[in-house]
Amino acid sequence: MAIGWYLAVSAIVFALGAAGVMVRRNPLVVLLCLELMLNGANLALVAFSRMWGNGDGQVFALIVMTVAACEVCIGLGLIVAIHRRKLPIDVDELRELQG
Amino acid sequence: MSQVLFFIAGFGAIAGAVGVVMLRDPFYAVLALVVHLLSLAVLFLLLRAEFVAAVQVVVYAGAVMVLYVFVVAYVGGREEPIGELLRGRGPAGAQLRLGAAIIGGALLVELLIALLGTGLEAVGGDGAPYAPGPKTFGTPAYIGQLLLTRFLLVFEVASLLLLIAAVGAVVLARRRGGIEEDGERRVALTPLDLIRPRETGTMAEGVGGVPFAIARAREENDGARASEPVATAGTGADEEGGW
Repeated sequence: MAIGWYLAVSAIVFALGAAGVMVRRNPLVVLLCLELMLNGANLALVAFSRMWGNGDGQVFALIVMTVAACEVCIGLGLIVAIHRRKLPIDVDELRELQG
Repeated sequence: MSQVLFFIAGFGAIAGAVGVVMLRDPFYAVLALVVHLLSLAVLFLLLRAEFVAAVQVVVYAGAVMVLYVFVVAYVGGREEPIGELLRGRGPAGAQLRLGAAIIGGALLVELLIALLGTGLEAVGGDGAPYAPGPKTFGTPAYIGQLLLTRFLLVFEVASLLLLIAAVGAVVLARRRGGIEEDGERRVALTPLDLIRPRETGTMAEGVGGVPFAIARAREENDGARASEPVATAGTGADEEGGW
């Protein structure tokens, strides 16, 4: 398959993730949509890596996965902390981001 | 063969992404994301990125998604009716949703124009020539060699980042601290308190002398435990707020 097809899939996934981040209100699902965006970028990176025939893009994709894991870790910790404080788990209700 | 596999996996990836965005129950959204990640791993395999595909399945679709499922189960993922709740807030909600969809569509069009309208001829090709072998492009040996030679600094910084994230998650999700509610007694624990002994170098000692500071520290230690149940006695249910 031509590389362009993979890039098209990655663009569609990225746009879907971006739309999801804007539409959804549950922070858990917003985090999932962020994962979608990161995965779209990962697919593009691996596709370009195949295009040039060297591994730089794949290493970049691995680092992106690491960053995504960190982001999930912190994001889920925040959601658990919000849940413990009995605050509403809804990004529209959580307007005041003060300590 | 590879084309059939590409279309199956590509369809799975896009369907999983649509599922994440559209499904109401967060638990089903997580399952849709697992489908998406597995399809993406197949795409990585088609792109000759064996190691990345394996990491995707083991780390992403395995470990990270288990974490998600745990949190959804703990928080009790409530059903979130996308349409009704937004419409229930008046016309502004529906407009916002429409606006978000338009922005997403515009982003997609722009990305497709950028990617497919590019002048790069290689995008239309199958990529660089590929010869299977033990240390060829995309194998664990190849990636490991790159990580430990050319990208050593990146590798170390990534490990530091993981450490910071782990510490941050522990601090955020512990019983006390993190996000405090208003009106609750705040027992602040700074890193300095951990490394220095009780009666050294606080402002209270400077003003009232060391005995005063010791007495105060004792009072704080006892008071924090003794006074809290009294303060929240009226709302006994709050005591069960944690685990």
